[in-house]
Amino acid sequence: MKNKIVENIGFIIITLCLLATLFFLALIIYFIFAKGISVISWEFLTCAPRKAMTAGGVAPAIAGTIFLTLGAVIFALPLGMSCAIYLNEYNPSGFIVNAVRIGVNNLAGVPSVVFGLFGLAVFVKFLGFGVSVLSGSLTLGILILPAIISASQEALTAVPQSVREASLALGATKLQTIVKTVIPSALPGIMTGVILSIGRAAGETAPILFTAAAFYKRGYPDSPFSEVMALPYHIYALMTEGTRPELQTPIAYGCALLLLAIVLLISSAAIILRNKYGRYYVS
Amino acid sequence: MRNYKEKIIQILLTSLAFASLFFLIGIVFILVKESIPIISEINFLEFLFGKEWYPSRQPPQLGIFPLITASLLVTAGALSICIPLGVGAALYINELAGIKQKKILKPLIEILAGIPSIVYGFFGMLIAAPFIQKIFNIPTGLCALTASVMLGIMAIPTVTSISEDALSSVPKSFKEASYALGANRIQTLFKVIIPAAASGISTSIILGASRIVGETMTVLMVSGGAAVVAKSFFVPVRPMTSTIAAEMGEAAVGSPHYHALFAIGLILFLITLIFNAGAEHISKKYRIKLGLGR
Repeated sequence: MKNKIVENIGFIIITLCLLATLFFLALIIYFIFAKGISVISWEFLTCAPRKAMTAGGVAPAIAGTIFLTLGAVIFALPLGMSCAIYLNEYNPSGFIVNAVRIGVNNLAGVPSVVFGLFGLAVFVKFLGFGVSVLSGSLTLGILILPAIISASQEALTAVPQSVREASLALGATKLQTIVKTVIPSALPGIMTGVILSIGRAAGETAPILFTAAAFYKRGYPDSPFSEVMALPYHIYALMTEGTRPELQTPIAYGCALLLLAIVLLISSAAIILRNKYGRYYVS
Repeated sequence: MRNYKEKIIQILLTSLAFASLFFLIGIVFILVKESIPIISEINFLEFLFGKEWYPSRQPPQLGIFPLITASLLVTAGALSICIPLGVGAALYINELAGIKQKKILKPLIEILAGIPSIVYGFFGMLIAAPFIQKIFNIPTGLCALTASVMLGIMAIPTVTSISEDALSSVPKSFKEASYALGANRIQTLFKVIIPAAASGISTSIILGASRIVGETMTVLMVSGGAAVVAKSFFVPVRPMTSTIAAEMGEAAVGSPHYHALFAIGLILFLITLIFNAGAEHISKKYRIKLGLGR
């Protein structure tokens, strides 16, 4: 009898933990949606800011976030895939595998602001790219590199050995086998990793703080060397700079809603895609 | 001819494979190189344990002790929120949730892990801070407590996801053996499954802590920003990450302040490196213990 009571109390506590977690997260999402939704309009999405950031839209910030994110993927995807293909298909020695694994695992844990420092010292100052789309994209690219390598490697490992053997038996070379059979089979898995990384890169603020972001920039970036506005940074800037907080806060709510919606949609898409293709070969 | 091409590609791939390691070493190199001037200029111990952080004074006072204590305080507070809730939620998903609930809850938690930190900061600043100011009746809601609460909530999905993975990789036979001996579900959970998954759960906590220590935007927006040694949770603080983010823009390149900020970055990097190494060490041991692989 006593055991039964203890058991029930234990289960109630566990259930409360889950409910509290979901409650807090739902609360955050609810407030952002409730206060942000009234700000969203066609003008908000497609126009530039007016009257010193107190009116108008945030289109340049949306465009900036897209440029930065795409730039990061263009940089990190070929690099990450090459790394994964080499590790998985060319049977490197244990030493190389370990060295790369140490690199990937530790790079994944580096705080985002430290990536910002690295980008500032290397891309902005040393290579002379200045505060620009290019510097920001490269910094974000390094940030998402470990995730892309891990996802690609996982996807490549899931391709059965028989696929490779069949291709080699038909007389294809190793390279042809990789390009024409292994990569296409692993593509859904790799794409999941890429999409998740896009979500991560779009939401990161600290790495672009000193490498790419500007509070206000007239119009859209016209070259890789120009500064950009970006959604996450725009939220921060609206809350900490400027002189009319009562007008800026609603705009910040709108930006937060946009960013949250974009990131949640992207990561849901990736996770659904993965669950769909995850068991592709197992059966 | 074809062989030639294959060889070139292989060499190319080999060199690209080292990219991640190259960048990691690059980060260490840059942080060390940019920190050396400050460490050679002022006494290292003075830098680490100095209680005065006034970078704009002449001469600048660069003691980062208040920043370190702020980071530790906020991290401790956040962990005390995310450990019970995160592990508790994982236990629920593993033990009580049915197949249908599991199918929804696991991806949901994973999706929530992707909420950007700026959103937590924004919410903390506008909603949580005024609320906390009111209920505790303190002069400002932008304080260590608010930062801890926001970071704690932020880290829950990470802790839950990894803990749940650890719990579900405990072999089913462990559970069956325990039931066969007459133990009930809660006894089995606390005396068999949790101990068996203990190292995986510890890994999740360490990785959560690593994320909390390195988190920047949330603390930048809600911690208040006062660089004094904090004596309680109710005063504004300035953790290491937010110091870098807030001051890098105004620090002149090559000034002691600039180098000091890089040195803070180096210390942060080392802290997370130690956390990650610890997590990896524990998870390796745990795989062996459960017979899950080499």
